[in-house]
Order: sequence, then C-alpha cells, then structure tokens
Amino acid sequence: MEKLIGDLKRQIIEALNLKHLKPEDIGDEQPLFVEGLGLDSIDALELIVLLQQHYNIKLADPQEGPQIFKSVKTMAQYITSNKTA
Amino acid sequence: MKGRVHVAGTGIISAIGNSVPDSLLSFKNHFSGIGKVTLFNTIYENDLPVGEVRMSNAELSDKLSYHPTISRTALLGIHAAREAVRSSNIDLGKWRTGLISATTVGGMDRTESFFNSFLKDHSKGKLRDVVHHECGSSTELIADDLGINGFVSTINTACSSSVNAIALGARLINHNRLDVVIAGGTDALSKFTLNGFNSLMILDRQPCRPFDAGRNGLNLGEGAGFVVLISDRVKASVGLNTQCYVNGFANTNDAFHQTASSPEGRGSFGAMQKALDMSELSPEKIAYINLHGTGTLNNDLSEGTAVKRLYGDKYPRVSSTKAFTGHTLGASGGIEAVFSILSIQHQCVFPNLRFETPIPEIGITPQLNFETGLDVNHVMSNSFGFGGNCSSIIFSKS
Amino acid sequence: MNYINRHCKIQKRILSAGGEVLYKNNDGSLDDFLEAGLKSLHISYPKFYKMDRPSKLGFLGAEVLLRDEVLLERYAPQEVAVVMASAHSSLDTDLRYFESMKTIASPALFVYTLANIVAGEICIRHGIKGENAFFVLPAFDASQLYAYVEMVMASQKTKACLAGWADVMGEQHDVFLYLVEKTNTAGLDHSVEHLQKLYQMNYGKVDRRP
Repeated sequence: MEKLIGDLKRQIIEALNLKHLKPEDIGDEQPLFVEGLGLDSIDALELIVLLQQHYNIKLADPQEGPQIFKSVKTMAQYITSNKTA
Repeated sequence: MKGRVHVAGTGIISAIGNSVPDSLLSFKNHFSGIGKVTLFNTIYENDLPVGEVRMSNAELSDKLSYHPTISRTALLGIHAAREAVRSSNIDLGKWRTGLISATTVGGMDRTESFFNSFLKDHSKGKLRDVVHHECGSSTELIADDLGINGFVSTINTACSSSVNAIALGARLINHNRLDVVIAGGTDALSKFTLNGFNSLMILDRQPCRPFDAGRNGLNLGEGAGFVVLISDRVKASVGLNTQCYVNGFANTNDAFHQTASSPEGRGSFGAMQKALDMSELSPEKIAYINLHGTGTLNNDLSEGTAVKRLYGDKYPRVSSTKAFTGHTLGASGGIEAVFSILSIQHQCVFPNLRFETPIPEIGITPQLNFETGLDVNHVMSNSFGFGGNCSSIIFSKS
Repeated sequence: MNYINRHCKIQKRILSAGGEVLYKNNDGSLDDFLEAGLKSLHISYPKFYKMDRPSKLGFLGAEVLLRDEVLLERYAPQEVAVVMASAHSSLDTDLRYFESMKTIASPALFVYTLANIVAGEICIRHGIKGENAFFVLPAFDASQLYAYVEMVMASQKTKACLAGWADVMGEQHDVFLYLVEKTNTAGLDHSVEHLQKLYQMNYGKVDRRP
C-alpha cells in the first residue's frame, strides 16, 4: 500500500501538472478537492484517465468520483480492491 | 443605433434538413435528426447519438461541384452560404460586401484521417488532406465561392462563434464600413470532437433532453447557418421586402472556468440583459427565447437560473432546438439565428423535444409543441461557449 | 479618442513591457522559459502549469501588461473588454491532444483545443467580464485589430480593452498585448500606425548577424 501511495502521488503530480508540488508535499489523507490541492472538475476527469491508464480501471460513472478521489489514500484503497490485471 | 441592419436572406444545413424550408418541415413534424454515427468508424458508434447532416462528402462535393478533398466543414459552409445569398436576391458585387464566418473544427475532419496514416508511416498520408486544416481556410473557400474580395474574417470563440460573427457583421454595417455582410458559421463532425467531448463526460448516451430534470449531457451535431445582413440603403435601393432585422446583441465573459458556466449564470444573464438594453426592449417583449440548452447538467441549470433571474415565473416561450439538431458547436449560433428568424417569418415557435420534468431548482417548462398563429415580434437566441464567452442576439419583426 | 496606455511583448524569448526588458532566457524549451518567466515575476498561480502554450503566453503577457495595476479598482468588470487574435489558433495543443487520443483522450488537453480559451484564462485571472472576441488571421493585422477595438470602445459600456496578438506553434512564439483606454496616461494615440510601430519595435539587445 505504501508503494502504491508513493507511486500515486508521483502520477497525480505528473497527470495534473502540479509542478509546484513534490510527492512529500501531498499528505496521504489530505483532501484533494475543496481545500487541500484545490483541484477542479477537469482534474477529476484526468484522475479517471489516470486510473485507466496506470491501473486498467474504468470508472463509468463520474458520480462515484468524489468518494474515490477524496484523498490519495482513498484512491489507493479503491485501486487495491478493484485492480484487474 | 443609426438605421437598421436587415436580414435579407438565410441559409442552413443540419441534421434536420438541407435547406430552410426542409428545416421548418422537420420542426412541424417533430422530426429529430439525432441518430447513430455513420460518417466515420468510431468505437463509439453504438454509444453516442449525433446529429449528422444526411449527405456524404461525395454527395456534397458533387452537388456543389467541388473536389471531394476539401473539408466537410467548408462543404457545409458553402452549401448554407449559397442558399443564404440566393434567397437574398442581392448582387454581392454591387456593394461593399464582407464575409464573417466562424468555425471551431476547421479542416480537422480531413486532418485527422491524414494524421493516422502519417503517424504510422511518414511517407504516407495525402498532403492535400491537410491543406485546408486551419480555421481561416473554410472561410476563404466560402469567400471564393461567393466571389467576395472585400472584408473576410474568421471568428473562433467556441460555441458562441457564429453569433459573434453576426454581431460583428451588424456592427460593420452600423458603422458604415460595409453594406452587405454574409455572417454565420460551420462545423463538421469529427473524431477529434467526439473523443474530446466524451473525455469531458458531457455526452448523453441517449438522445439529449435539454432542460429536463433527467438530462444527461449533449449530443454533438454538425451543420452550417448563414444570414445575409444589409443596410437601410441597400434595402431601399434594391426595393427588398425584408421581414426582420437585428435589434440587439451582447457578449460577456463569465470569468469562471474554461469549460463550465458559473452556477448563477452570471455571464448568461449579463449577455441577455445587455442585448435587451441595446435593443431598448423590456424583457416581456421577447416572445420566444431559443435557448443554448445543450442538455448538460451545468449549462441548462446555469442558463435556466439566468432566465429565471430575468423573468421570475413570467418567462416567455422557450425551447432548445438542440434536441432536433444536436450541438453544432461553432455553427450553433448561425443555425439558431436562422431558426430565430424563421420563427418571426412564420410567427411560430419550436418545440423542446423529449422534455418530461422541469429542473427542480428552476421549474421552467419549455414549449412542448410546434405552434403557429402567434404574435412573434421579438426573438432572442443564446449561445454560450467554452472560455466563458456568452452571447445573446435579438431579432425583431420589421 | 482612445489611447494605448500600456503594451508588452514576448518575442524571441524576451519578455518586455513598455520598452523595458523584464526577463529573457534562451536555455531549455519554450515551456521552461515561460515557467521561469512566471517565477521571475514572483507570481504564484498553480493553474498556470495546467495551461497550454497559447494560454501560458497570453496569461504571462497579461500579467506583465497589468503589473502594479488592478483594473477592477478603476473599472467595473463588464467595462473591460478583451479582443485577441492569432494565426495558429490552438493548433499546437490540437496536435498534443491528438497524440493523447492514441491511448486515452486527455480532457485537460481537449479543454484547450479552442483559440479563445486564452482570453477566458485572462478574464478569470483579472475578473474581466466585458465583451470578448477572438479572431483567426493569417498574420498580425494592425488595421483589423484597430478597427474592431474602436468599435468595441464606441459602446458606452466599454471603457477599456485588453487587446493584441498571441500566437504560438511549437517553439515559435509571438505575443504583443496592449491596453486601450478612454483616458490618456501614456501619451500614445490608439492608431494603426502606432500599433504597427510598437509591434515591430525590438526590445533589449538584438544579435547583429552578418
């Protein structure tokens, strides 16, 4: 799980062009939206792309997004329970 | 405004007809043009309904006598612009004539097929497929076809592009820089836009339902719509009997997000209010609003909020014709301007198809049936684009 | 009469405003230059890094154009207009988006595949809500821009207009932005001749090659 969280932080920074941040700047349970990183709706879509590209998980319903993308930790938990080869 | 800017002609091609009379017939019969993708192979052909023009590139180029490798955007534009000029009976060469066209796709429909071959092998791909890629090219082809040598310009402000083109045309006539302006827009369907809008997850997998509580996104469409605008002087000189004129228009920036509208619809409200101010009309004078009404959760709520802010519960007849044609992107302003003019010419309003339940937060019930025999003196058309560009235009009966 | 009170340029990796060079750097790519330029001005705007090249260029230009000036202190949001043009439209981004379509289409890139998004980004940043237009022209055209801005300014409601040219394709970039107002603070009349002169003027040292 720790490695996954580390990888995720790097992937998020790259996918969302968060050039002003380093992986250690993102807390495992820090809110990604609202405050925290202040991401917007387009960022949410890019996270959906990230799930597909790196973890082969297709999120058909964007309404599930807010729960899954709450924090890096919730993303990692979702990936662990849904990952297909 | 000194003098008036009259509408002398209109031309259109969309999923509901290849001409203005054909479009009216579709409205009368509630015939929607939304269906499956047939123009190109796509992984989405069973998933994403679209509003395709019922003519292939071969048929269009044959009818217009053009080489089939010019872009579909240009072919559609030429088709509609020709109808507009023909219906106006104006001899363009006799006046200071300009063309202002708008497009967002440009020649992308051809470029994307070139690119696929080119990416696999740099020696493959027909270069003539990319010659007309950039936006200005479709405009130039239309200008050449109509024999316009004077002022020619291309606007690209996303989905509000062709309304802005018409507004610019009206301005140039008001400022006595031109006598006649052909203005409007054109956009063809392409994999680029289909994939792009799909990545934004705002496409409905069913035929769209603008302003309905259960709406789930937009359907892409394609087409072209042009108007011929003339000054008082031209109208008097030619002795034309025009039925309507451009009474007001406005443009604002929502300044909220690249692609979403502010929830309160500030930009939309601002554009509608300013257009009314310019035409010196109070809101209740508007008989019909042709809504931008894409069917997305965001737009319809935002635009509906702005309409309620302007009217409260006493809103006029409203409908989105995108349930018929799909969202024709850069051409939507031009196409819907032609529909607005049709509404005045025939004293009718168009239905908002597939509506069942009002959006709870705003409670607007749009026009449900095609209806004639009404007093339609002033019609407003809204077009809101990505980049926060909000435009509204008012046509009035002469 | 309208007046050009401020102007700025980004050409040949030189960022300048009102004739004064503010930043220049030939190292690295255009993207590196733009990010370094932003940092040199001590501007913090995380969303900058998500923008495409045309938007970064236009945004940076507007930042230096309006440095030590808050437009909304002097004008209501709807009183400021934005009129811009380019030749390549969003082509640079279109190509990058097209690449992404090979695997999974990128929504963040698609959002920028329109010529006018740069105007939207400038409006969001500076709270501008007035009229905005975007033209696609074969090259910088002082007469078209002049004519359109004059028409926009003729309206009672518009009191200022941020206008200009922001074109980019690959590493080639050409930005010339200016602020037109109804009152005069810099002594330059808004005219086609002045626009052409300002556009052609060189800023900073120019390498003289034989």
